[in-house]
Amino acid sequence: MFNRILLAVDGSENSLRSARYATELAEKFNGTIDVIYVVDSSTAKEDVLHATNKFEIEKKRKEKLKPMRELLEKSGTDFYTHVLHGEPGPEIVEFANENAIDCIVIGSRGLNELQSFILGSVSHKVAKRADCPVLIVK
Amino acid sequence: MKVQELKQEWFGNVRGDVLAGIVVALALIPEAIAFSIIAGVDPMVGLYASFCIAVVIAFVGGRPGMISAATGAMALLMIDLIADHGLQYLLAATILTGVIQIIFGISKMAKVMKFVPRSVMVGFVNALAIMIFTSQLQHFVNETWVMYALVALTLAIIYLLPRITKAVPSTLVAIVVVTVVAVFGNINVGTVGDMGALTQQLPVFLFPSIPFTFETLMIILPYSLSLAIVGLLESLLTANIVDDMTDTESNKNKESRGQGIANIVSGFFGGMAGCAMIGQSVINVKSGGNGRLSSLVAGIFLMFLIIVLGGVVVQIPMAALAGVMIMVAISTFDWSSVKNLAKLPKTDAIVMVATVIIVLVTHNLAIGVLAGVLLSAIFFAAKISKVKVTEELVLRDQKKIYRVEGQLFFASVSDFPAKFNFEDSVKEVEIDLTNAHLWDDSAIGALDKIEMKFGQNHVKVIYTGVNAESKQLKNKIGGLSNASGH
Repeated sequence: MFNRILLAVDGSENSLRSARYATELAEKFNGTIDVIYVVDSSTAKEDVLHATNKFEIEKKRKEKLKPMRELLEKSGTDFYTHVLHGEPGPEIVEFANENAIDCIVIGSRGLNELQSFILGSVSHKVAKRADCPVLIVK
Repeated sequence: MKVQELKQEWFGNVRGDVLAGIVVALALIPEAIAFSIIAGVDPMVGLYASFCIAVVIAFVGGRPGMISAATGAMALLMIDLIADHGLQYLLAATILTGVIQIIFGISKMAKVMKFVPRSVMVGFVNALAIMIFTSQLQHFVNETWVMYALVALTLAIIYLLPRITKAVPSTLVAIVVVTVVAVFGNINVGTVGDMGALTQQLPVFLFPSIPFTFETLMIILPYSLSLAIVGLLESLLTANIVDDMTDTESNKNKESRGQGIANIVSGFFGGMAGCAMIGQSVINVKSGGNGRLSSLVAGIFLMFLIIVLGGVVVQIPMAALAGVMIMVAISTFDWSSVKNLAKLPKTDAIVMVATVIIVLVTHNLAIGVLAGVLLSAIFFAAKISKVKVTEELVLRDQKKIYRVEGQLFFASVSDFPAKFNFEDSVKEVEIDLTNAHLWDDSAIGALDKIEMKFGQNHVKVIYTGVNAESKQLKNKIGGLSNASGH
């Protein structure tokens, strides 16, 4: 049922928690995981400013996802990592819809109503627009 | 360039580029006007500059999808020149800036960017943000609460509107709303019209009316140099950001040359010097623009709007522009650098803060960058000039081995000889240079000095583990000073 799972991460402690759910799910259904990390414009700005070259930017992003990769490697599930560029919400939805993803696993930052009004909730947007079931990990 | 590639860069994304170009033009107008006011010239100077630069860069730039126009970094550099000598000198300085940038581009100076450390770049953007912010404070002097209320309204719309709709740029909506409030509410506040004339005309080609003398050149050259450096620095930084956002490559030397050509054209058409804009380029990419067409559309649509709507533009209250500039300052500032200041290596933090302070004291971004680069070079030299020497006594042979670890050069050798014990009663000393590298004649000189001092005590010195490059240097220089020593 859930053969291809999309795990959306941002390198935070929060997304590690969603990774645990994703691996459980993958193991149960013998599925694969596509890890998606979206670099938005402000992250791009920050990363470029703090790195001397392209190679270093890539290295830093890989490092950011290292705990995630280790966790997935330990679980033994087949997984692929993708670094996409753009706005997180639409990018995740687009990837899921185009690649016939069966389930999206995504963390919620736990913002209150005012915060999510100002900052915008990625998990909300994904849940609203994706064609497949979405598991929001709190 | 191949026709296919050129076609892709121009017409690969027509719909996205046209729409994004229109959005950028709308967002550019308030900034171009505000930057003109910062520089101390009529709004038309910034608007003509933005038109010329955006259009020219569309054709000759090296980073499709990047937006260049009149910018705050450049405006801040010209304040004194305009105050002391007037607009005509600024136009001449703009043309000279372009010439310098073309020379930089041809001599492939884009590579030199790597000598500007990250901490200096972070200091640069932070100083820029602070200066844009403080340049707005003059508009608040002797103002009533109305001014503050309008600025607050502007900022509220700018930051909250995108949560409801992203179809129109929120800065534009903020300006329209605040202008409507001011005009129809009969609120008496300063407007763009008070800051200078706005002519609804296309720019015309003119030579700056200045005396073509050596003296003139000496007046504008320092400004042009600063403008050229800062312009390229910000343009190449922006190009890297656009590269990353779009996950594509760009031609940095072509971009440097393109910036130069754009500034020359701007200067001849009555515009001020400009460069790439991080904020506008981000808006462009986010709105779907990534081709050359986006910059062209942005430039042309901006001019069209000014010609059609010039009469309305003069009624924009300064409060609205101040709000936009505060937003620009906030988004320019690298907040993560403050958050992580304690976590950074101490020298990096010092370089960053020093760059900011020097810019704020000198009011010159170029001086701040140069000082920052210099300071980090000194820190780097200090860091790698730590030379470790370990000793080992071989009793049987009455011999002592010194193992040297590190880089031997002018900064590291001053206390190097002090690490050797010349009073040891040994017959022979071995200096093991396996983990060391000799860089200059100071290094050779220091070794010669050590050899000579041991020689005075009749101790023989032998070297082991000298790498090929160091050996070459040692043979070239060492032989000379040795010959006279013994």
